[in-house]
Formats: sequence, C-alpha cells, structure tokens
Amino acid sequence: MTAEPIALDRQGVDDIVSSAASLRRFLHGLPGVDQVGAQERAARLATRSIKKSAKAEAIDLAISMVDLTTLEGADTPGKVRAMCAKAAHPDPSDPSVPRVAVVCVYSDLVAEAVRALRGTGVGVASVATAFPAGRAPLDAKLADTRRAVEDGATEIDMVIDRGAFLAGDHRKVFDEIVATKQACGDAHLKVILETGELVTYDNVRRASWLAMLAGADFIKTSTGKVAPAATLPVTLVMLEAVRDFRAQTGRQVGVKPAGGIRTTKDAIKYLVLVNETAGPDWLTPEWFRLGASSVLNDLLMQRRKLTTGVYGGPDYQTLD
Amino acid sequence: MSTERVNVRKTYKLFIGGAFPRSESGRSYVVTDAKGKFVANASRASRKDVRDAVVAARKAFGGWSSRTAYNRGQILYRVAEMLEGRKAQFVDELRSAGMGRAPAAAEVDAAIDRWVWYAGWTDKIGAVAGAANPVSGPYFNFSTPEPTGVVGVLAPASPLLGLVSVIAPVIATGNTCVTVTESPLPSITLAEVLATSDLPGGVVNLLTGQAAELAPWLASHMDVNALDLAGAPAELATSLEQAAAENLKRVLRPAADTDWTADPGTGRLTAFLETKTVWHPVGV
Repeated sequence: MTAEPIALDRQGVDDIVSSAASLRRFLHGLPGVDQVGAQERAARLATRSIKKSAKAEAIDLAISMVDLTTLEGADTPGKVRAMCAKAAHPDPSDPSVPRVAVVCVYSDLVAEAVRALRGTGVGVASVATAFPAGRAPLDAKLADTRRAVEDGATEIDMVIDRGAFLAGDHRKVFDEIVATKQACGDAHLKVILETGELVTYDNVRRASWLAMLAGADFIKTSTGKVAPAATLPVTLVMLEAVRDFRAQTGRQVGVKPAGGIRTTKDAIKYLVLVNETAGPDWLTPEWFRLGASSVLNDLLMQRRKLTTGVYGGPDYQTLD
Repeated sequence: MSTERVNVRKTYKLFIGGAFPRSESGRSYVVTDAKGKFVANASRASRKDVRDAVVAARKAFGGWSSRTAYNRGQILYRVAEMLEGRKAQFVDELRSAGMGRAPAAAEVDAAIDRWVWYAGWTDKIGAVAGAANPVSGPYFNFSTPEPTGVVGVLAPASPLLGLVSVIAPVIATGNTCVTVTESPLPSITLAEVLATSDLPGGVVNLLTGQAAELAPWLASHMDVNALDLAGAPAELATSLEQAAAENLKRVLRPAADTDWTADPGTGRLTAFLETKTVWHPVGV
C-alpha cells in the first residue's frame, strides 16, 4: 500500500454520487490527461528490454493473467470445451506451464464452460449486458447478468452505455453499473469502457473513475469488437486511475486491457507498464488480466523457445 | 568550389517480407572489392532476422502455393525480364568482385537464362513428377506434386548464377524461401529485382551475413520444412542435417564442387515437393 492519506472516505464518495450534478462536477474536475505525455511515457516504457530469466518469469506471469476469450457468433459448445481444456493445460506436453486466469465466453455458453472447467481452478467469466454494443433495456441487461451468474460465472464483463456517457448522462451509466453490480452478487464485476469509442484520454479517465465509484472490481479497456482496442497509452491512463483511486479511497481495483494483444512482446510491454505505473501490487492475476486468445499461442511458443533453444512454429499449437 | 559530384553511396539491407529492413541487431559489415577497396556497407543478419524471415515466408506460403502454376510461371518470367533490364548493373557488381568483363557478362546471361528455364518449368513439373496411377479397383488414382513449404536455403559462393540456381527452383514449385548468403552484391540487387517484379512479398527472403552463425538457427527452426545445404560450411553440414532431422525437414546436400554452369536437370525442382495421392471413385 502507498502511504498517501486516504482523502475520499465512504461519506465523500456518497457525496459525489448523490446527484447527477455533483457527479458531473467531480468527473469534470479530474485533472486533464496530457495526451502527448501519456503516449510518450507509454512508448518509452515499451522499449524496456526483458530478457532471459526475467523474460521466462514474465511469460509465465502473463500466461497466468490471460483471460482466454472466445466471443464469436460462431462459438459452439465444442469450441468452448476445447478452449477450456487449453485453459487448464495450455501446453499439454509441459505440466510446468501455469493455467490461465479465466475463460471468457458469451453468457449462454457459461454452463458449458463451467462443466468443462470443474475442478481445474480456472474461473469462468461471462460478457453480459448486451455485449458488445450495450444497446438494450436495463431489464434485459440485468436478466442477462443474473442468468450468467446462476449458471456459475465467477466474473461478469459488462459494457457501459457509451451513448449515455458521451451525451453527458453520467448518472445513467453510474446507475446501470450499480444495478449490474447488485445482480452480480458474489461474482466479480469488470466494467468495459470501450475506450475506442470514448475518443479522448480525458474521457477514459472520467469513465474509469465513474466505474470505480460505482463499485467496479475491474476496469477493462475494450470489447475487442471496436478498433482501436486496447492501446498502451489508454491502459496507462487507466492504471493511473486505479492507483489514484486506491490512494484516495483505500480500495484496489483491477485493470484488464483486451483486444489487439497478439504477441509476447505486447504482453510484456503491458506488464512493464503495470509495474511502472500502478506498482507491483497489481502484478498478479488477481489485479491485472490480459483479455486475448491468440496471445496465448505466442506466449507458449516463446516459452518453448526458452526451454528448448529452437524456434517453434504454429504447426505445434492448437488452432483458435 | 569543386564541381565534382558527390558519390551516392549505397547501404545494402536485408530483404524480408518484401521490405528492405536493416538487421534487427543493428550490425553491419563492410563489403570490399577484389582490391580491398570499400564498396558498400551491408547488414549482417542475426538469428532474430532469421526468425522474422521465416514468419514472413510462412505468411506468404499460402498465397504463393495456391496460385496457378501458370501464373507463377508468368511472374518468374517477369523477374527474368527485370533481370535483363538490370544486366549492366549485375555485370558491374560481378566485375568489382574481381571477374573479368567477358566472364561477368557470360555469368549474368547464364543466370537470366537459368531463371527463364525454371520459369518454364512451373506448369510442367506437375506432368513430369505426377502421375495417373493404374490401380486394381474402380478408382481414378492421381499423384500430384505439392510444394513442401518454407525452404531454408544456404546460398552457394557463386554469387549470381549459384544464387539464381538455388532460389528459382524452390519458388517455381510454390515453396517460399529464406535464403542466407554471404555476398550482399549482387544478392541484394537480385532482391531489388524481385521486389519490383510482381513477386509477392515474403516468397523470397534474403539475409546477408555469416552462414556459420545463421545456419544452425535455420536448420533447427521448427517452422522450416526443408533445407538446402548448397552453401553450408563443410564442417557444419552434418550437424545441420542432424538439427534438421528434429522436425523431419527435407534436406538437400549437394556435392561441394557443384558446377553451377552445368545443366541443372529437374533435381532441384523435385527436391522440395511432396506427393499427394488422391483416390477418386469411378462412376456412380
């Protein structure tokens, strides 16, 4: 924990969210993001060279942080089962490879994934609330969420109503997150900001704070359905937000970049960013996740390169 | 004020995926002419350039191998046309390496003729290496040659004719290649020809550097399907064959004293082919 004093207690948070006007005043009172500075800082951290034993450790850490995701209209129960098998044993020929954090599927496939993962220690996350657009009545979004939790999802990835956020209706976004959090019960709530549609870093910072004030356990960059998806500068802004939020309220919130993370190099850049921005407290699967699917194959390929000393190829990995 | 024009010096870079990047390692070395005078700086590829080149070659394989053989022939012929247009440059480069005017011109002519010869083979090799097999049963039975995949090529010392003689047969049949050569001139000039002649990026990748350093990485790479040891250092050849066995690469180990001016025959075309046999019911 950082030693900074807690400036925002329960009462302070209640005051902020007590009315639409005070919420708006607080969010717009957040310091602006220096766009060039954020990009420059992210680009500079991305040049860090991580080699040998540090790389081996980073690869294993990254594997354990992967939210192995399949969110296609063409998802079948069979594909979900195959992915679950891979999540529990990413490299069947090497038992020392850690398992991934969770499997992330659409809500109707949660039951299938839960069945396939029983006893493996891998959780099931479900996207809900009319993913990816979020354009549905609140009742439908909550029904979606409750059903996923009933089926055994341990984590819910909700999308915020970007239309309302961009129109300045922060209160509506806030209330939806609160309602979804209630519907989640014990399941962790990840709030997807869809930063590709928020346009500015200032908006990303505001949306991050809004989600955290509303009770998010995790803030997540994107659905993966909109370009640009996760980028380093956006993740930097969100990591700063969770760091500041913990310093002011004492509550720690996780971060999950998702979409566009394809290579081991990408994954390691994110780990460096976490360590240098939020700090090592976030450098565990409990507080930082990588939403991706193809990156796992690359991580496994790099891992095998380190253990065998020869370059591998896609022929020796599962298709997904 | 001097009116003498300043030389436009050239830096020879690698050829990976249709682009000309510097080596990832940032290394370069000086190329000198036969008299030891400075000619150019060239990139010295590292193992990571090998890795990147294999990725590029793998990516290009699907598109290149699925083109019709006729179209591959057209593209290779186009390369020969472009070679013809750059003849003078090739002759100059060979001469700077110490060849006389007449032998250099003969070598360039032979290299272009060799390329045209292989261009003609693209749509004929199927008829020569494939067959309609007579079988005892109501089936049509065909064997057709298919490209092996990504071929690692260690280019021989013969700088132009040798290089052409190892690259052309590999790509004529639909393979893609990663070629390691120790002579940047005229190899990279050939790459410039390939880059400007309809050949899709990544079908040919050329790395300049030391074969002894790069060959083991190419030989052990699990995503390389075949290996041509034409220019392999003699003391390394056996260990390269052993490394290649790990994923059952096809290995071609020609005699060290191969005469590149001789009629090559179809041996290099068929060395990197797989035979696919299809049984098809007759009638019904």
